[in-house]
Amino acid sequence: MIRDPSLQELKRYNWRRFTPAQRMGRYVAYLLTVIALVWTIRGLDIYWPWVWDSPVQMADLFRRMYPPDFANMREILRVLMETINIATLATLLSLFFAIPTAYIAARNTSPHPLLVWVGRFILVSSRSVNTIIWALLFVAIFGPGAVAGVLAVAFRSVGFIGKLMAEAVEEIDPAQVEAMKATGAGPGKVLMYGIVPQVMPAFFAVTILRWDINIRESTVLGLVGAGGIGLILQGSIDMFAWRQVAAILIAIMVVVVLAEIVSAWLRSKVLD
Amino acid sequence: MQAQAPGSAGAAQGRPDYRWKRPQFFTNPYVRWGLPVAGLAYLLWAISTLSINWNRVSAGIPRAGRIFGNAWPPDFSRSNLIISGFTESIQIALLATALGLLISVPIALLAAKNIMPRGLHWFGRGIIIVARSFHPVIVAIIFVKAVGLGPFAGVLTLTVYSLGFVGKLLAEAIEEIDEGQVEAMRATGAGFIKVLLYAVFPQILPRQVGLSIYQLDSNLRASAVVGVVGAGGIGGTLMNSFRRFDYDFALAILLLIIAIILVSEAISGRLRSGLS
Repeated sequence: MIRDPSLQELKRYNWRRFTPAQRMGRYVAYLLTVIALVWTIRGLDIYWPWVWDSPVQMADLFRRMYPPDFANMREILRVLMETINIATLATLLSLFFAIPTAYIAARNTSPHPLLVWVGRFILVSSRSVNTIIWALLFVAIFGPGAVAGVLAVAFRSVGFIGKLMAEAVEEIDPAQVEAMKATGAGPGKVLMYGIVPQVMPAFFAVTILRWDINIRESTVLGLVGAGGIGLILQGSIDMFAWRQVAAILIAIMVVVVLAEIVSAWLRSKVLD
Repeated sequence: MQAQAPGSAGAAQGRPDYRWKRPQFFTNPYVRWGLPVAGLAYLLWAISTLSINWNRVSAGIPRAGRIFGNAWPPDFSRSNLIISGFTESIQIALLATALGLLISVPIALLAAKNIMPRGLHWFGRGIIIVARSFHPVIVAIIFVKAVGLGPFAGVLTLTVYSLGFVGKLLAEAIEEIDEGQVEAMRATGAGFIKVLLYAVFPQILPRQVGLSIYQLDSNLRASAVVGVVGAGGIGGTLMNSFRRFDYDFALAILLLIIAIILVSEAISGRLRSGLS
């Protein structure tokens, strides 16, 4: 039974959103945030007159970009196609490395516990180096061009696809694997009939998702000389051809948004 | 994937000519056979369109050996350059995360269908789409041209990057809130701001805290690369060492970037799993 509060109690009662301990915790968190921000702003080598001037500069830049100049549309479409090809080839190439690495990095399929760590090490090093840094390295090795771009995107994708695939392999239902073993199937057959069918949807979903991310990543490869639309973007910026820069940016945005829509649609298809 | 219905399988097994067939992932045979054929055709076409200089590529193998030979052992001797570069990267990431999180809240509200009047939410969503479409490096070169070389361009870049990602997920979180609390607040006569403060924000706060930790980690990663186009941080130091063929110094920076990212990822993962 809930007793009605007396008038006296109601007068004393004062609703507060947080308990005193919660309030203290919040003040400490606020204080730490402010200290971090003050340290950051004082430490950064920022030339403040440029900061105050930046809205004017930005407005000026956008004014010079208008109207977008689509005169070079043929060339833009050509390099855009190259960008998409780099992303797609790189995604396919990365599968050759990602699948075996995922296989040895997943605890339940790995032939040896030591190989789990080797696999994880490969995946972590691939993921920790950004695509553009991989591109710097491959441009230094193979010279400027699409080969360096494909390799850079592929090397970064191995970690992403491999990590998610290894997790998918670790989450499979062991009963099916055991059932296959009970029929006397060898390791190859267990893999083909017990494991592969279970991770197939995840495999397609992860690959399609990475393809979509790779389209975005491939747009910047050209800035370090590794092919794709970034090259003419850099060229137009260097020549201050701002109206053409605007056209290229619009083209990039259209492709990225389309890739995202296609990727979401395909993933919903394979996942159900 | 889907197993045959037991009844039909049993009936089929009764027939003498029955042979078990593996269930296929693609049930449509046109898709099953068309996909590899189309894939192969695409592969050949795509490789032929990329203008590849095979001589230059084959020269790459001995070159790679030389580069890695020069890179080993990594040279950590110029530690003052390394430390100042990393400090700047961390500062850029912190400031950009704070700014991005601050701006992402009003933008997420603008983009949420249940807060904004119908149709108007496309304005907020448009900002998010534009911010998300461009790779941080592209945003960085535009900002470098507009506001000059240096960390300020990096801060602006990562702010845009953060508000795109956090804005999108926050808007989704807002659209999923329990409307009952909003209605309860309205019933007490609360205005728009009070409804936001007491009915909407408490529901999205856990999500926003998780997102901010995740975004700080992402910004730290991205801050290592915006320097490649001159927007401050360790990326610039790395780029310069590459240009001067200083591969042992570059390897040292690279190893430290990997180490810091791993530490940051571990902390971020630990914090987020502690929250949920």
